[in-house]
Amino acid sequence: MSWGSASEFFAMGGYGLYVWGSYGITAALIGYEAWSTLRRRRRALNDALASAAQKAQR
Amino acid sequence: MNGNRLRLFTFAAPSRFYSLSGSLLPWLWAAAALLAAAGLYLGFFVAPTDAQQGESYRIIFIHVPAAWMSMVVYLAMAGWAAIGWIFNARMASMLARALAPSGMVFTLIALATGSFWGKPAWGTWWVWDARLTSELILLFLYVGYIALVEAIDDVKRADHAGALLAIVGAVNVPVIYFSVRWWNTLHQGATITMSAAPKMQSTMLTAMLLLTFAFWAYAFAVVFVRARAIVLEREHEAEWVRGLALAARKLS
Repeated sequence: MSWGSASEFFAMGGYGLYVWGSYGITAALIGYEAWSTLRRRRRALNDALASAAQKAQR
Repeated sequence: MNGNRLRLFTFAAPSRFYSLSGSLLPWLWAAAALLAAAGLYLGFFVAPTDAQQGESYRIIFIHVPAAWMSMVVYLAMAGWAAIGWIFNARMASMLARALAPSGMVFTLIALATGSFWGKPAWGTWWVWDARLTSELILLFLYVGYIALVEAIDDVKRADHAGALLAIVGAVNVPVIYFSVRWWNTLHQGATITMSAAPKMQSTMLTAMLLLTFAFWAYAFAVVFVRARAIVLEREHEAEWVRGLALAARKLS
């Protein structure tokens, strides 16, 4: 372990932009994918519920 | 033979997939989170500074796993698409469709992190070298597959057209993998091969492998969730889906 302080850690030996840029983009892409996919599944279940309720009324 | 075939189709039924994947999901999400936490801890707090590349090398902990996943997911997608086409298996075609967006995400991660690595290492964000270009083609294959299957309304025809594209495009995967050997590329050669000892310090290697397993677990989880959504969208008229929806309403 080579970090003397938090600011040294964030500086990444002068490569901060590249290292944190990489991890930031990865976190953003994976976060968005997981969120939108979970939302899609929830919506699909709700739609199935709505069509089931419609069928029950008829 | 007949009995075996019947059983095979029972397991391949969308309703069966739906309940089985549902019970696996909490474990997959947990495994992804724990493996990622362990890999990041090792990668940032235990692994030493690289003698040649300084701290910028820490990008490989996600770059290499993402690049591997981009290829593995493509082969899985083409494989399921082919099975769905040949055996007319609905669930296989749905899995192929569920894999495509995740493969695209891994390809984007591989390209973006590679760019962030290339800038300090080579002095440029992008070069038209064989490795980079073939990975970019992989991105276009994913985008093309998704656009094609979404553009055709008839589900079966869309699955068949998508399968054809996916299978033809699979030629690109070995091209990506061997590009660093076949051509003289700016991109470095393989760090990890099946035939030789890894040219990497062992904590670095462990961190990278932990993040590889984290990406595997995440890929299974998110693809399962998407496949479940696709099953519900396609089969919302089926009796078992209506039963499921009514049970969900009672719970909430």
